[in-house]
Amino acid sequence: MSVAALPLPESRPVLRERGQREVFCGLTGIVWLHRKIQDAFFLVVGSRTCAHLLQSAAGVMVFAEPRFATAIIEERDLAGLADANEELDKVVNRLLLRRPEIRQLFLVGSCPSEVIKIDLKRAAERMNAIHAPRVRVLNYSGSGIETTFTQGEDACLAALVPEMPADDAEQLLIVGALPDVVEDQFLRLFAELGIANVKVLPARRSTHLPGVGKGTRFLLAQPFLGDTGQALEGRGARHLPALFPFGAEGTTAWLEAAATAFGVDPMHFRSVVAPGRERAKRAIARQAEVLRGKSIFFMPDSQLEVPLARFLHDELGMELVEVGTPYLHKSHLAAELKALPADVQLSEGQDVDLQLDRVRAARPDLTVCGLGLANPLEQEGLATKWAIELVFTPVHGFDQAGDLAELFARPLVRRDRLVL
Amino acid sequence: MQLTVWTYEGPPHVGAMRVATGMKGLHYVLHAPQGDTYADLLFTMIERRDHRPPVTYTTFQARDLGKDTAELFQKAARDAYARYTPEAMIVGASCTAELIQDDPAGLAETMGLPCPVIALELPSYSRKENWGASETFYQIVRQLADKERRPAPREGRRPRANLLGPTALGFRHRDDVVEITRLLAALGIDVHVTAPMGSRPTDIVTMGEANFNVLLYPEIGLEAARWLEKTFGQKCTKTVPIGMAATRRFVAEVAEIAGVAVPEDLDAGRMSWWSRSIDSTYLTGKRVFIFGDATHAVAAARIARDELGFEVVGLGCYNREFAREIRDMAKELGVEPLITDDYLEVEEAIAAATPELVLGTQMERHIAKRLRLPCAVISAPVHVQDFPARYSPQMGFEGAQVIFDTWVHPLVMGLEEHLLTMFREDFEFSDAAGPSHLGHGGGHGAVALAEVPEADVAVLEAKPEGWLPDAERELNKIPFFVRGKARRNTERFAAEHGIKAITVETLYEAKAHYAR
Repeated sequence: MSVAALPLPESRPVLRERGQREVFCGLTGIVWLHRKIQDAFFLVVGSRTCAHLLQSAAGVMVFAEPRFATAIIEERDLAGLADANEELDKVVNRLLLRRPEIRQLFLVGSCPSEVIKIDLKRAAERMNAIHAPRVRVLNYSGSGIETTFTQGEDACLAALVPEMPADDAEQLLIVGALPDVVEDQFLRLFAELGIANVKVLPARRSTHLPGVGKGTRFLLAQPFLGDTGQALEGRGARHLPALFPFGAEGTTAWLEAAATAFGVDPMHFRSVVAPGRERAKRAIARQAEVLRGKSIFFMPDSQLEVPLARFLHDELGMELVEVGTPYLHKSHLAAELKALPADVQLSEGQDVDLQLDRVRAARPDLTVCGLGLANPLEQEGLATKWAIELVFTPVHGFDQAGDLAELFARPLVRRDRLVL
Repeated sequence: MQLTVWTYEGPPHVGAMRVATGMKGLHYVLHAPQGDTYADLLFTMIERRDHRPPVTYTTFQARDLGKDTAELFQKAARDAYARYTPEAMIVGASCTAELIQDDPAGLAETMGLPCPVIALELPSYSRKENWGASETFYQIVRQLADKERRPAPREGRRPRANLLGPTALGFRHRDDVVEITRLLAALGIDVHVTAPMGSRPTDIVTMGEANFNVLLYPEIGLEAARWLEKTFGQKCTKTVPIGMAATRRFVAEVAEIAGVAVPEDLDAGRMSWWSRSIDSTYLTGKRVFIFGDATHAVAAARIARDELGFEVVGLGCYNREFAREIRDMAKELGVEPLITDDYLEVEEAIAAATPELVLGTQMERHIAKRLRLPCAVISAPVHVQDFPARYSPQMGFEGAQVIFDTWVHPLVMGLEEHLLTMFREDFEFSDAAGPSHLGHGGGHGAVALAEVPEADVAVLEAKPEGWLPDAERELNKIPFFVRGKARRNTERFAAEHGIKAITVETLYEAKAHYAR
């Protein structure tokens, strides 16, 4: 559809497209967020479509008494809003009775709930009055009309920021849900660096919400946290700009941003990160044999595309054809964009048919795309890497750098291996 | 509002997608917000299709709400026509677009697209996936079928039938169509159009040329079949050929409608011998709980009772539209029908019925896993493993064979069952080992026990005071798969007879009392 070139700060052109988008909505974030915040429940207020989406995205996880569900809006709820609020109260009461261990309830807005303007903020306040202090009720939007895929996490974390206790003590805050194993690695590294007061958002339990204030400096672990970053700055915290912690270089730069801000001696920094950095480089080198010189095309999905493209280009020698992202946060990605080669085609938003035309014309060695597109492209003879796995798999930090590279190498290795 | 963790059916527009994706030369323009494209992956991943579903989404976002969305819809429809040049289009709204009150039907009409455009009204807040598929197919047939078409004279040619109901994402639809096409061919009948799956809009135009219709899946094809009967006078089969007896009835029905003779040498396959062979004796009276879509559940109940000799202890479906069929069958079986789309209710009913085998959907498979019961899948919704690469119909005589293998496989094998009883103290046949062909060797029992949810453990540990040690030991000698039932029966017997202390005698008294 409409195409306009928009200059970046360093006047890099970005192809901006509007049209059919083949992306998930923000509700999908629930699938990993509920694993991370162990005493939280996510109640989507939406339609059968929303419930069906969660079920499809969560796959087999749905059956292990998950901590998410959908309050499905029915015809009679559409008749009058007062009724809808009463109905919602009933659903929540039933839910909290059934799951007494829940301490944090998120009312998650969807397209239908937003279009008919069910005021979930007021509903959350109303329920807080009833269920506090045992359960804290918050709301955010995961609707497709507002959010794309990982932006659901941004909206959720941004809703938590006002709840963080005020605390002006000097501290480092790591922002973004990471797999526990990765989070623990980072906490060990910061401890070794001598940064004493390190907290994470989201915390594993809602009762351990970190404080925030003038002494807080935060590192973003994920590139899709625009609103959360802004909300933290609104509470007096300062952002530490850095590359995102993918690969040996990205992780080093990310750790260094904190080390510098907290006055860690550079010699000490190098000695602490050296072993991990070396391990990462060794692990990456093996995959580079497969990936070097191969071309890659990113379709928009998670906003991880820009940092991942930088990693694959810098550390594995891949050639970038197009790096598509659903949303380009230019200030949070400033360092990443600077590190990308000058001639890379960046695109923001999507008109999927036009973008697929470009994929077919370029015939890249590897295309990163969603599950709705992957098999059809494979059938056309194009190798693909399905993007969602990059969100669900531990990929950050030194000790996952090899695994991250391997995720991209595996489809190519498989094509070489199969004799069919 | 309805609190929902798991849903048996998607929204109605997913039903429309199943029709569109099954067909060729048809394109669906769906007025829907960003994110609704998730449904594409049901087709590309679960059914492993190698093409994108023929669906264009308007993908409106918050900033488009207001005047923009109608324009967006028209542009999407125009672009879709230009790119795909379909023979016909269907247009409609998803749940959110239904709320913003753009009128896809009216909007498409004013555009003057150079192909038939079929507008769909799919009420998302009161109807579901199967209804959506049925309505979409009905509208396509009603608006495209040429009312002037009639069958050619019968002289010198075989009778022709349309196959109605198969769609994309249908449980075993692909192979059922092959099997029934073969069966009809063996009767001297040709298939005219198979629809929706496999047909083009230009094929739908000619549907009146068939002599009669074969309705494979009433959930999807019944409305269209009724209209075809009314409009063209085409008779339609009533029997769904799942199971040996049903297939034989189907053959007789088709032969009657088509005016052909049933060949004497019709190959009915191996199923009936397999079930009569003595190795199957141990299947007699196995307690089975059945849940799924109504068509598959009713068919399964007949097979279970009449062709495998099971005892059906529970029967239900999730699609209310066909609840009557379930109620009738349940009455015949003397069980309480379960009509619900709430999987927690299904779980309760299964736990209460204490079956030895569960036949159901993907969901019942997980319930059965939690309750440590054998299970086989008989109905959608299903996961990727139930869209197999191998030929595996449910219908016809080959389908009956597939069903025999599939249902018997998860049960403890006959000889193994005896060995478990005889050598229950033997370390290699310990109760906890479970069926040898399903577990992971010796460790399986221990692992499975550790997975029993806390609530269940509490039940197991809460020994009624009444059990004397000798009786408890005797109870533990009963194989694990019937021990729970023996315990409950004994306790019920004791309660009914005012027995406070349960002895070995009580245990066997109760056994005799409940033996039928």
